[in-house]
Amino acid sequence: MADEKITPELFAHLVELAALELGPEEGEYIRKQLNNQLKAIEELVQVPLDPTTLPASHGVPYTPAISAELREDLHNPFPHPEAILKGAPKTEDGHFVVPDIPHEDLK
Amino acid sequence: MTELCDLSAAELAARIRNGEARAVDALDSALARVAAVDGRPGTLDPGDLTADDQAKVHAFITLTVERARAQAEAVDKKLAQGEIPGPLAGVPFTVKDIFVVEGTPSTASSRMLANFVAPYTATPVARMEAAGAVMLGKVNLDEFTYGSSNESSAFQPHPRNPWDTSRVVGGSSGGSAAAVAAGEGALSLGTDTAGSIRQPAAFCGVVGVKPTYGRVSRYGLIAFGSSLDCPGPLARDVTDAALMLNAIAGPDARDATAVTVPVPDYTAGIEDGVKGLRIGLSPDFFKLTYYNHESSEMEERPLPDDILAAVMQAADKLSDAGARIVENVPMPHTRYGIPAYFVISRVEAASNLHRFDGVKYGYRTADKVDDLRAMYRKTRGEAFGPQPKLRILMGMYVSAAQYSEQYYQQALKVRSLIRGDFDSVFDASGEHKLDALLTPTTPTTAFPIGDVYGDSVLMQYADQLTVTADHAGIPGLSLPGGLDAGGLPIGIQLLGPDFSEASLFRIARTYERETETAAWRSARPKVLG
Repeated sequence: MADEKITPELFAHLVELAALELGPEEGEYIRKQLNNQLKAIEELVQVPLDPTTLPASHGVPYTPAISAELREDLHNPFPHPEAILKGAPKTEDGHFVVPDIPHEDLK
Repeated sequence: MTELCDLSAAELAARIRNGEARAVDALDSALARVAAVDGRPGTLDPGDLTADDQAKVHAFITLTVERARAQAEAVDKKLAQGEIPGPLAGVPFTVKDIFVVEGTPSTASSRMLANFVAPYTATPVARMEAAGAVMLGKVNLDEFTYGSSNESSAFQPHPRNPWDTSRVVGGSSGGSAAAVAAGEGALSLGTDTAGSIRQPAAFCGVVGVKPTYGRVSRYGLIAFGSSLDCPGPLARDVTDAALMLNAIAGPDARDATAVTVPVPDYTAGIEDGVKGLRIGLSPDFFKLTYYNHESSEMEERPLPDDILAAVMQAADKLSDAGARIVENVPMPHTRYGIPAYFVISRVEAASNLHRFDGVKYGYRTADKVDDLRAMYRKTRGEAFGPQPKLRILMGMYVSAAQYSEQYYQQALKVRSLIRGDFDSVFDASGEHKLDALLTPTTPTTAFPIGDVYGDSVLMQYADQLTVTADHAGIPGLSLPGGLDAGGLPIGIQLLGPDFSEASLFRIARTYERETETAAWRSARPKVLG
């Protein structure tokens, strides 16, 4: 469709960047939903903004009076790392094991 | 005789402390209720849905019976030795399966974490247990909290509404709301990012509280939108919700966003009434905005009559009790809550979901792969459902360098305007000087299963009356406000300035007291017969 912002080509690029693999039917459903969501998001573009309006990364103002002091920068190891390793798909000698990491020679 | 599992947490804890009941009896009563109404728990391979499945609640993914029994026995032992075991001693509670609990499966209702057994415990759960509450198990939710109906859970059958099992429970804390409504634990720990505590609380006829952002630690909460996520209580009455917030609120060295503001006793002034409080009604919460796919335009619709009537009747009750009702309060940016949320929450979700890559925990593809990138793609493609995928892709799109100014930065500025709406009406030297706003919680009552799921835009707009509180960080409370013509619960919502939870509890408790004898108060969820 002509008014689709996320074309099949752009969608394929996003899927690659997101490290996803999608079946054709699933991909088309998701692409359509994304384009529908963008139409709702377009409402935002029309909100008149004063140039002084600052972006808010969170709602509640974090003043020093209500913020916790920063912790001391101390090494504080997890007491039973074997419990962490137990949850990993593949480990060896206390390390996570992954398939080959692709290399690219820089010119 | 009322069964122990149907008592309020306050009453149950008092009986246990007084020796009129044992914690193990309370546990057995809750487990008997689970056995009677819950049906089979959610699993990854559920097979066909039977007629029996369709009549059950399915709140749970994991029941932790042995752990619960050990906790209940420890409470009884402490009492026998004359020790004081905590304000929630022996009260069974459930935990939305988005919190990690050491030694238990912590799934986020996703195939990605189906096999994940957490090595540590979330702070709010640890605090509930330190207060003597007994964790019954982990309850279902939308996958990674991404939804408003619980239908997106990878663990099926998904929860069904105890008032009418053909209806959704809401979401994403749907298992929590359903469990509390059906007497499967007096309390539940949920999370709210766009309305995920308040919306299911409204749909299931219980009380749900989104505290001020930073009031409750997020340590051990599997993150969705880090600037929005708030853990909070679901309970059957207002006093129980206040008791639970007492237990879980407060600073935490493990979460830098958990503020150092002192935690009051939220039950202390709860019976003090509303005399002199100013409560606002805003027309901007009485109209609904929807996207019309055919015309590609946003359109306005009126609030359903019975929901509007419930809010107006609540205003009358509070007025009769001495509150000053202030009408026509402008909240002009309410309608932009969902579009801004579509952007901000997706960017944060995409960032948070990058950690799920098949390396350190959770699912890894069983397929043979040539390299790491292929492993990432296959793992994430196989283990994420459609909702996480949608959120990752939208988050990456709207935060991409070439679109960020147009979408992400714009959404953050609109978030400022939404916050400004609240600041303005709660300003003690402003025109309205409100202590709270009274609004409907949801645009509809619980909708039929299957009616909305699949349309991600329509589903997101189910949160249009709750999401602005998440953008602004302010507290919100949903409480039962009657039943619609079909006998389904209606939720009414109170919103207040930062850290005004005590006032919201006071107003909510006043309404509860004023409607104590209303006919609808005696109605019970259908699954309870």
